[in-house]
Amino acid sequence: MSSMDFKPTNETHVVDAIRWAISEREPLSVSGLGSKSGLGRATNTAHVLDMSAMSGVRYYEPGELVITVAAGTPLSEVEELLGENNQQLAFEPVALNRIYGQAEKGERGTIGGLVAANLAGSRRLKAGAVRDHVLGFKAVSGRGEMFKSGGKVMKNVTGFDLSKLMTGSMGTLAVMTEVTLKVLPMPEKTRTVLVYGVDDDQATRAMTAALNSPHEVSSAVYLPAAVARLSEVGRVGDANTSVVAVRIEGPEPSVLERASEITSLLGGFGRTDELHRTNSQRLWWETSEASYFATGENTPLWRISVEPAKGAVLARNVLSETGGEGYCDWGGGLLTLSIPGNPARSARAIRQSVAAVGGHATLLRASETVRSTLDVFDPQSDGIMALSRRIKKAFDPEGVLNPGRMYATF
Amino acid sequence: MHMPEPDSATLERRDRVIADLAAMTGGESVISSEDELRAFECDGLNIYRQLPLAVVLPETTAEVSAVLKYCHEHGVKIVPRGAGTGLSGGALPLADAITVGLGKFNRVLEIDYDNRCAVVQPGVTNLAITQAVQHEGFYYAPDPSSQIACSIGGNVAENSGGVHCLKYGLTTNNVLGVEMVLMDGEIVRFGGKHVDAGGYDLLGVITGSEGLLGVITEVTVRLLKQPATARAMLLGFETSEAAGDCVSRVIGEGIIPGGLEMMDRLCIEATEAFVHAGYPLDVEALLIVELDGPKVEVDYLLEKVAGIGRECGAVFERVSETEEERAVFWSGRKNAFPAVGRISPDYICMDGTIPRGQLPYVLGRMNELSKQYGLRCANVFHAGDGNLHPLILFDANAPGELEKAEQFGADILRLCVEVGGVLTGEHGVGVEKRDLMGEMFTEEDLKQQQRLKCAFDPDQLLNPGKVYPQLHRCAELGRMHIHHGKLPFPDIPRF
Repeated sequence: MSSMDFKPTNETHVVDAIRWAISEREPLSVSGLGSKSGLGRATNTAHVLDMSAMSGVRYYEPGELVITVAAGTPLSEVEELLGENNQQLAFEPVALNRIYGQAEKGERGTIGGLVAANLAGSRRLKAGAVRDHVLGFKAVSGRGEMFKSGGKVMKNVTGFDLSKLMTGSMGTLAVMTEVTLKVLPMPEKTRTVLVYGVDDDQATRAMTAALNSPHEVSSAVYLPAAVARLSEVGRVGDANTSVVAVRIEGPEPSVLERASEITSLLGGFGRTDELHRTNSQRLWWETSEASYFATGENTPLWRISVEPAKGAVLARNVLSETGGEGYCDWGGGLLTLSIPGNPARSARAIRQSVAAVGGHATLLRASETVRSTLDVFDPQSDGIMALSRRIKKAFDPEGVLNPGRMYATF
Repeated sequence: MHMPEPDSATLERRDRVIADLAAMTGGESVISSEDELRAFECDGLNIYRQLPLAVVLPETTAEVSAVLKYCHEHGVKIVPRGAGTGLSGGALPLADAITVGLGKFNRVLEIDYDNRCAVVQPGVTNLAITQAVQHEGFYYAPDPSSQIACSIGGNVAENSGGVHCLKYGLTTNNVLGVEMVLMDGEIVRFGGKHVDAGGYDLLGVITGSEGLLGVITEVTVRLLKQPATARAMLLGFETSEAAGDCVSRVIGEGIIPGGLEMMDRLCIEATEAFVHAGYPLDVEALLIVELDGPKVEVDYLLEKVAGIGRECGAVFERVSETEEERAVFWSGRKNAFPAVGRISPDYICMDGTIPRGQLPYVLGRMNELSKQYGLRCANVFHAGDGNLHPLILFDANAPGELEKAEQFGADILRLCVEVGGVLTGEHGVGVEKRDLMGEMFTEEDLKQQQRLKCAFDPDQLLNPGKVYPQLHRCAELGRMHIHHGKLPFPDIPRF
């Protein structure tokens, strides 16, 4: 059958497209603006369900700290609107267009895509991930049934929390048509304290000291010298050495005091400096979106979640075996590793190391060929895989939504 | 309250089931005499009572697994139970079900300061986690008012909240990992010490699943550093509208307090008479605003909040000067339920959440309902996140009053849904709000949730009769209603 590409403008269209897919046994590839098309296993699904025409803000009440948008609404549009009201998505949305070499399109993807991928940035440790900010949604399941879950309020335990199930499910269970997100005020003031010239172990100790202090640190990253030099922030890029950066946000008097406390706390580890608003914003944006590796070379990239205290050592061990470079965000809990060569080889080293301490690795960037044969998301334990397969079957029994995108078998 | 008809075959096999369970757990772990079973006949929603078939108190994950596997093979139902403090009847026994109590799982297994987390057994109380780490300046943030007694396993099952969740999140935002036994006895682990687990977010799904998906045997929670300072402010207002307005303005200014609570006149009077917290008795509404963090931040924000309070017409204003005073300010709020218990023979507590902006309207409507039913209603709420706790006062010995109170409660919850809110903010659906689920969800909405249930527990042996008003057989839910090749080509825009 030739390619049937659907571009629904309302919920009923989505139902019809999915029912068509079921009746024809022709799976659909669910897409927004295509900014994350490089994420997940490569599949050769012939038909596209393009959600980008279902766009627009449906409800926004700044005083309620809530926004409801159609799933195809561009992230940049939402961020702009929130910014006008001095609010933000506190989990720091991660766009992948730059590392996928699509920066020129200026597209940071849709809200639906953001939720489907559950990619949170550097503030994740303090503010939580995307999953912690999804209050409710409307969707059409792989059965072609329209349904909703959650609501528009902060506190809600009415029924199972399907918002969590949808977040990070990569469009494999249902197609979201509307999402309600919690929004938060932008911090009045931001400071980033830098510590120069620390090694892996010192970096871990410095980040732990900062995160275990009462100073409400919102982010802590360790950039080894090879990565730090890729930063466009002068005080980091030109430092010619490794950098630990610690972010402090909040009301002005509080931030000034805490920044000075953190500086004295970390002074023993090395020379310190401070970034103010603009530089700080740039550094955390680079760090959240891994733009250090948006060089156009498309070296395979891994995103690895492990227990923070073991992150830097794990990165060092993996890289010493595979070559490449990387950095540790989330106080050591999130590694982004750029490893040249065939990812199938590095996958073994990574998965062994991660399995030894507990955690999860994602092949964030690789060629389509690689992604059609290699697991992009770490396979889970047998018990969880069986459970996940049953859940997939419950929501999408015919396998018409993004089959193979998360795991090869469903 | 209508519960599923007990299975007569199971009731007949009772002795055999008890003997088998005793053999696999060591005899002392099984409770079967009527006297001893009494202790388990209800949870915190004590207007409903039922003796279980038997109670098992396993000591190890392997025992939990063996018990569930046995019950799965023999078609015996299970009701999981933590400390039994839940307020929606989630742990209400069933006549034909084994209550599995996790009380013996009471050890803190590991405290890992470098990763800011603790691994604990599910029977450890909420407060005990904080007590285990507070000497190092850490704490566990969610603080339901039953925190002295309630267990962390129960907190995960109910996704419990508390006064601090406005700033620090609910249980679901503070749990990193869970070990769970599925109904067929399989032991699975979700998450761990790392913050982002892969695959479907099943950790998020089981949190708040009210004992319908599995039995929790271990929990890894996030620890936070204690804020350097905390101070509380009391603001009294002549109308609840003014108080509600103040709440919206504080949040609108970008201030997220550690706690932001509101009480109405009846509640203020009841608590002041009970604990003498120094509350003003000549106001219609009282706010408790707690700010925590570095001292300089707390002082700075207190000044801002006081300014907003004055602009909103506050007629009473006090700030705690010492830790003791702060505790006194909170003592009224924290004792609101027992205080109300002193002025009425019985009460039921509702738990709807509404958009903050609807507060004045909802309060007005609740007043009308109170008059209509002839029952008093005292209001305490987590005003910051719109979570209401109306306490409906009644006398269970007066014929028909319980039913009247329940109808009044149901009307309040319908009102919450009508203004864009939800049936329950933190207490759970359980049996209490089960029959109201249709007010908020369509049949189609509920089916998706029940299909998720079927993926975990296809025979529906775990906590049946809770949360969902209608039991559908999983085979029926799994059926597809679209027949191949019979749909016309859809008329949808293409590109």
